[in-house]
Amino acid sequence: MSTPTQAPASVVSVGASMFADAVAAQAVPVSSVDWRPPMPGTEDHLATVLADPRRRDANARALSAVLDVQATLVDVAPASELLGLEKGQFLHAGPPIAWERASGPLRGALMGGAALEGLVDDPEDAVALFEAGSSVSLDPCHHHASVGPMAGVVTPSMWMFVLEDPATGRRTHCTLNEGLGKVLRYGAYSPEVLTRLRWMGDVLGPLLQGAVRAVRDSDTGPVDVTGILTQTLQMGDEAHNRNRAGTLMLLRDLAPAMVSSGADAAHVAEALRFVGSNDHFFLNLAMPACKLALDSARDIPGSTMVVAMARNGTDFGIQVSGTGDAWFTGPAQLADGLFLGDFGPDDANPDIGDSAITETAGIGGFAMATAPAIVRFVGGSVPDALATTRRMHEITLGENPRWSVPVLEFQGTPTGIDVTRVCRTGILPQINTGMAGRVAGVGQVGAGLVTPPAEIFPAALAALAQEAAAATAG
Amino acid sequence: MSDARTHVTLRTGAYADSVRLLQVSRTVQGVTGVAAAQVAMATPLNVEVLEGMGFPLPQGASPNDMVVAVRLADDADEGALDRALAAVDEALTARAASGPTEEEPHRTTATALRDAPGSLVLVSVPGASAVAEAMDALDAGHDVMVFSDNVPVEQEVALKTVAGDRGLLVMGPDCGTAVVGGVGLGFANTTAPGPVGIVAASGTGCQQLLCLLDHAGVGVGAALGVGGRDLSAAVGGASTREALRRLDADPSVELIVVVSKPPAEEVAAALREYAAGLGTPVELALLGAGQPDLTAAAEAVLRRLGRDVPAWPVQGTAGPATGAMLRGLFVGGTLCDESMLIATEALGPVRSNIPLSPELALGDDLDAALTADGPTMVDFGDDALTAGRAHPMIDPTLRLEQLARVADDPRTGVILMDVVLGHGAEPDPAALLAPAIAAAAPPVVVAVVGTDADPQDRARQAAALAEAGAEVHLSNAAATRRALELLEDAR
Repeated sequence: MSTPTQAPASVVSVGASMFADAVAAQAVPVSSVDWRPPMPGTEDHLATVLADPRRRDANARALSAVLDVQATLVDVAPASELLGLEKGQFLHAGPPIAWERASGPLRGALMGGAALEGLVDDPEDAVALFEAGSSVSLDPCHHHASVGPMAGVVTPSMWMFVLEDPATGRRTHCTLNEGLGKVLRYGAYSPEVLTRLRWMGDVLGPLLQGAVRAVRDSDTGPVDVTGILTQTLQMGDEAHNRNRAGTLMLLRDLAPAMVSSGADAAHVAEALRFVGSNDHFFLNLAMPACKLALDSARDIPGSTMVVAMARNGTDFGIQVSGTGDAWFTGPAQLADGLFLGDFGPDDANPDIGDSAITETAGIGGFAMATAPAIVRFVGGSVPDALATTRRMHEITLGENPRWSVPVLEFQGTPTGIDVTRVCRTGILPQINTGMAGRVAGVGQVGAGLVTPPAEIFPAALAALAQEAAAATAG
Repeated sequence: MSDARTHVTLRTGAYADSVRLLQVSRTVQGVTGVAAAQVAMATPLNVEVLEGMGFPLPQGASPNDMVVAVRLADDADEGALDRALAAVDEALTARAASGPTEEEPHRTTATALRDAPGSLVLVSVPGASAVAEAMDALDAGHDVMVFSDNVPVEQEVALKTVAGDRGLLVMGPDCGTAVVGGVGLGFANTTAPGPVGIVAASGTGCQQLLCLLDHAGVGVGAALGVGGRDLSAAVGGASTREALRRLDADPSVELIVVVSKPPAEEVAAALREYAAGLGTPVELALLGAGQPDLTAAAEAVLRRLGRDVPAWPVQGTAGPATGAMLRGLFVGGTLCDESMLIATEALGPVRSNIPLSPELALGDDLDAALTADGPTMVDFGDDALTAGRAHPMIDPTLRLEQLARVADDPRTGVILMDVVLGHGAEPDPAALLAPAIAAAAPPVVVAVVGTDADPQDRARQAAALAEAGAEVHLSNAAATRRALELLEDAR
């Protein structure tokens, strides 16, 4: 309306429908917002945060930082070398938690991890070790530039992918994916689980290291994980619960170097078979790629963008750009979905894992429209999948031009969850997830859809409001 | 361990994805007489699951084969297996009924603007949430009209500071009326385009001006509301300056009128200085004691444009006053203010729920407005009387009740009312008001603020009210003076 005597091309009306009707009656196109009251008690904090003069530019910076990151696969090596982890140090998924409050699957994974590191011979003996606490320590993966799916337990001898943003040299890490069923990350610690982990350390890790380094140092340069995600999102993966295309594209890039490495052909074949038959192998690259992007948006004063969503099986936590390292936590929820075999809702543990980093970056549940098969986990339909992705655009700051959804006319994935929009709309981020057994040692029992506990968003908003008020006063 | 109750078959070459098969399994598990069921591709993981459930596997099952495994309950009837297998086939071939995918509407102004770039934004959500929607508009680079009231003044300042930094216009909060390029927003009258631009810190004041100028044949190119507090010391006239700048830059605007209640002194001084620096002449119509009323302001505008001042129309003739008291019943706050300013000169202080000075306050006590020993005027559009109900321009119930009580009071001398037409107002105010007026003993003088092009058609409304016995004016100031004259004549 720079020229006030010219009629507006259109009007956006939010509030009383009679005013929208009156404008429409004057032959001006109107789009009406489906406004509803915000989450209870958030009005004042919303007003403070939205009036923060730093907010708009801070969020624009945060979003563009995320979108600018390119994640490349530069190395594979043990956690002891990469993160300086020592015997007795354990990383886990989600916000900080002590053994006393740890859920069954996290305990099971820690017990298995202790046996893997030789701290105990029988995983069952590790319970006393963790209860005493003197020789072991727990710390979130997120505090060590890492992410871990499900229990997310990392011990010094586990091999990890290293992803690097070439523009800044920043790095993130993630362990190698074990497959589905009875696996450590779902809290299983039977002999077969430990045997597989030892093979991954002895055979798979070194083979992948050789291949990743060879590709990195070749003319093509390192594997572009962000670029693979661009393609797999157009191939039916949403890169959280469906990583079939991503896994095969990774194999395509690494297999020649593995084959020509001179390693024992039987080992190479075994490794290729293992990776190729594990549809989730690429998840452990998608996750650190997402974290690498989101970490670039941390600590921007005034930004209301969520930079991490993570669960430890007991608590669901988020971190927000404008509030530094603070975690806002609430009880992890039970997923709604389908169960393997005889398992049922009573067997499932509440939501667990750092893998919600994919949704935080705009894929996974946020890209449901590109992987309609996933929506059936809750008995949904293809229109549900489209509606979910569209709905996530209501709570995000922008779109990712690199990651697009063909069926939505190649619209970019909804990127940058805005705490204020979640509080305003009451729309919670939609997460696709696996379900771990409630009891340590059981493993996977199903998969489904879950949301964060609603109250953590008003809590984060309150902290943003307090920080904004302090900054304005200062 | 195979027995008569356990049924396992291999469907070589059949395929469905694992998620679909989980769903199929769940469906079959729900069939009456089925104790356990699993339909899955024979991958190593699924083979393990099937074995864990106690199903024997046929030899030679490969990951490309589908296993259908069903165990019947001990008390299953004869048809249970057939039902279970039929359920497998049905679930495998079922397709969700899919119609056209309807998009859900946007939930915030920010996201709605992604699909409607270039839009003007109109906010009328509850005051506590208005700043969020208005800030969305400013963040996306759009002007915004905020109809919502009860917005804290510090939020208004925050909005207008942001708008000022970005060269955007915030109309409001509590902005009832705007006309942008002939399009009425909020409560607005239908008028022809023309050479006048209005900046209004008052909704019904703006409407009165629009309608008087329309009657005189002068159109209004734009009427930009700024909210009733814009010229207060706290807000400092931020939106008034931006609105003036826009109108000044518009070559089709020949004269600008600023309508407001009395502004803060230092803000008024700054406003005069700013207006003097513009290329377009500015007429200030600032209501207050000793200041020209709205009709006088309209006449000044007409003279500056070199137009004739017409006789303001009157329909019907009111009878003599029946008592000594003047009772005003208004829907427009500025019209109520204007009437009080005029009546005070003749009758002395007027008590009101929106008093000209605090000692004249009635609060929201309508009994006091009825029984007071002196003139009273009630603004039914005031916040305290609209809490929990619609504005009286939309829902006339409360004012009609008070009209009946005032009309029955023998001390009532003259009843003074306004009726405000236009977009957003009730579709036919005369329908309920005319019978009430016909039943009233005291004379009723009504200012009907509207144009013949309004959805309610002012000519029709005025005729209906005059027919019922009211004396109908277009000018609220003239209506007020006529009411005073009737009281004077009766003395």
